[in-house]
Amino acid sequence: MRKTNPHPALVRLIYPIAALVLLLIFNGLMTPGFFHLNVTEGRLYGHLIDIPNQAAPIMLVSIGMTLVIATGGVDLSVGAVIAIAGSVTALLIVNTNSGIFEILFLVLVLCAAAGMWNGMLVAVFNIQPIISTLILMVAGRGIAQLMTRGQIITFHSAAFAFIGNGYFLGLPFTIAIAIAALIVTSSLTRMTAMGLFIESVGNNITASRYAGINVTVIKILVYTISGLWAGMAGVIIATDIMAADANNAGLYYELDAILAVVIGGTALTGGRFSLAGSIVGALIIQTLTTTIRAQNVPVEFALVVKALAALAVFLLQSEEFRKVILRRKM
Amino acid sequence: MLLQVREVSKIFPGMKALDRVDFTLRQGEIHTIMGENGAGKSTLIKIITGVYRRDGGQILLEGRPIDPRTPPEAQRLGISAVHQEVNLVPYLSVAENIFLGRQPIRFGRIDWRKICQMATDELGRLDVAIDVTQPLGSYSIAIQQLAAIARALLVRSKVLILDEPTSSLSEQEVEKLFTIMRKLASEGIGIIFITHFLDQAYAVADRFTVLRNGRFVGEYETSSMPRFELVAKMIGKDAAEVAEIDTKRRAKPAQGEQKTILHTSGLARKGLKPLDIEIRTGEVLGFAGLLGSGRSEIARMLFGIDLAEGGVVEIDGKPVRLDSPRKAINNGLGFCPEDRRTSGIIPDLSVRENIVLALQASRGWLRRIPRKKQQDLVEKYIRTMNIATPDAEKRVAVLSGGSQQKVILARWLASAPRLLILDEPTRGVDVGARAEIEKLMASLCAEGMAILFISSELEEVVRDSHRVAVIKDGAKIGELTGAQLELSAIMRMIAARKEDHEGA
Repeated sequence: MRKTNPHPALVRLIYPIAALVLLLIFNGLMTPGFFHLNVTEGRLYGHLIDIPNQAAPIMLVSIGMTLVIATGGVDLSVGAVIAIAGSVTALLIVNTNSGIFEILFLVLVLCAAAGMWNGMLVAVFNIQPIISTLILMVAGRGIAQLMTRGQIITFHSAAFAFIGNGYFLGLPFTIAIAIAALIVTSSLTRMTAMGLFIESVGNNITASRYAGINVTVIKILVYTISGLWAGMAGVIIATDIMAADANNAGLYYELDAILAVVIGGTALTGGRFSLAGSIVGALIIQTLTTTIRAQNVPVEFALVVKALAALAVFLLQSEEFRKVILRRKM
Repeated sequence: MLLQVREVSKIFPGMKALDRVDFTLRQGEIHTIMGENGAGKSTLIKIITGVYRRDGGQILLEGRPIDPRTPPEAQRLGISAVHQEVNLVPYLSVAENIFLGRQPIRFGRIDWRKICQMATDELGRLDVAIDVTQPLGSYSIAIQQLAAIARALLVRSKVLILDEPTSSLSEQEVEKLFTIMRKLASEGIGIIFITHFLDQAYAVADRFTVLRNGRFVGEYETSSMPRFELVAKMIGKDAAEVAEIDTKRRAKPAQGEQKTILHTSGLARKGLKPLDIEIRTGEVLGFAGLLGSGRSEIARMLFGIDLAEGGVVEIDGKPVRLDSPRKAINNGLGFCPEDRRTSGIIPDLSVRENIVLALQASRGWLRRIPRKKQQDLVEKYIRTMNIATPDAEKRVAVLSGGSQQKVILARWLASAPRLLILDEPTRGVDVGARAEIEKLMASLCAEGMAILFISSELEEVVRDSHRVAVIKDGAKIGELTGAQLELSAIMRMIAARKEDHEGA
């Protein structure tokens, strides 16, 4: 006899999904036509499309951040890497005749290398992740500003415009990119033993080392992946507005990504991770932003409202809190 | 009578840590509390110093009942403790550390000049002359230890507790500490000295109190207590029982072809004397020694966790440098560490994931073991090793200690090492699981695996080993095999004076 319990990974997803659904229902009640979808020239339009479209960069960053956090680390440099990716993309488009694939390849390799640098500081030199990545967080944006001389660099390229604004199978292309990143990363971690090693290292690093896991390699890998996806997010952000803004692109994305990962059920202390959970977390954050905007919450209240909503999600996830509430009701 | 502990008990959830323990400390004496791990030494100290509250019994200081609730309260009564790890702030100066929390104040300001003067005086009393304005961390552990003692003495202690102060000191430093202890005792202070080292206890103590499994075994005068008998008391056997175990024991020759797997010559690091050992296929080599003898440290060095600072390791006759667990594993070693909670299990991962971990690690992350194969492997070990779990996907943290230990054993068996190091595999494991683990060792050996078996239960080492290396004070002091391999022989070696086995 085998008990058919639901998979534990699915159980952990229930609360973030419930939070997302509640948030959407709230919007549906408050904003007439929130769930309405238009089809124009074979393309879907509507709030339900805008949310994942706008959430795509956060989703990408959250995917990498999930792996880093699962090893017990954190990557504060993702916002700066976004700025670097946008600036380098813009400069290459403006100053060279390279094709889109060459440029994309260069930018992504550069950003992966930036992530690898973080990984080396953490894994080889044993510097605390928060400090290691803080260095690139500060320096990276500075480098991007130096490259663009503090100016916003605009560019024109039909091919690149497709990345930020194109449509694919009736949906914004950015959504396809985020889904592809999720599939690639899930396969990379779950079809190999990388996911097992990441969770093992994050849960008990000493025992992992004694079992023969190459902890250094695993840590460098996760920071490299984080850099790579932050770079892709940077390309999306730049090609969305066809301009690179080194001062503001990706600002505070590290915080949104950390929030998305934690909402998605991956503990900041490391161990078990859920990429799908982080995607849901990113959607919750974007839905919140959309809600705040749709409800005409004064700009100065926006961040406070966002924080309160995030707090509500965490309380919903907290077993202790649920216990307290249930006891009250009994 | 300076300090009297009468029938003190302490109950922790699920266990009685102290069961009506008596302890008496006289003025001006050095009194050693001895006992194996879990005997209740540190619990007793924590009750005396107010860290824990007792659940029964009485404590009298100079005839008056006392009831310290916190360490500062105990200090005000005149009971101070210096712990094994120096609990001071390395970045602060020596003087600041000594006076931390009780700075003399003049006109609302800390009087630094006075602090430095008093710190210098206090250390002078301990024959230490150093610049007290330098950070504590810039001095050796020995000096830091003495600074901690100076801090403890500052409150004019009547009772000074030294909890394993010698574990990280060199021989000369230990000698110096003993001189200071004798001097303090001659000034009328009662000193409680906790140590694992028999030689040190005999060198400095006037009396012993032996505890075992939370019970008072007895109080003895050093001068009239033979060493062999003390060892017997510590492991909870009297001489007659030891003799009986010796007669019941059947000498167990190792079977099959004996080929040397691992050989070390002069392998050493800080705290361990140069080590020569040989481990052969199809053989259980036991490490016998009291707690703190260096057994586990040797195992850690062999597995590449702590790096050797000198000497040679040969595997199959070829010199290798084992400078990481991965290197050791690649050379055919496996290691079940002593503390399975902090360095064995991966608590949140499933039984399956915990079992396949070492095998998967040796294959690398790119070559994942197919799920079906993982399941077959894990099912096999759950069945053959009798691991009590509802299914392979349960979190390993929810299993019993014995089952967790079997999971870690299974992890290594799955990766098929040629030499498996088992450090206290039966600690904290119920009787049934213990018997199964012992049986498993025998059958692995019969299949040709070499096992290095470490246990504080000397009886178990004798029962399960083909050959035993006796470890004491970080050195191998001898080897026993065949008919010589008897519990009493091991105990005699452990009890022998240092001079007797020098050069062994």
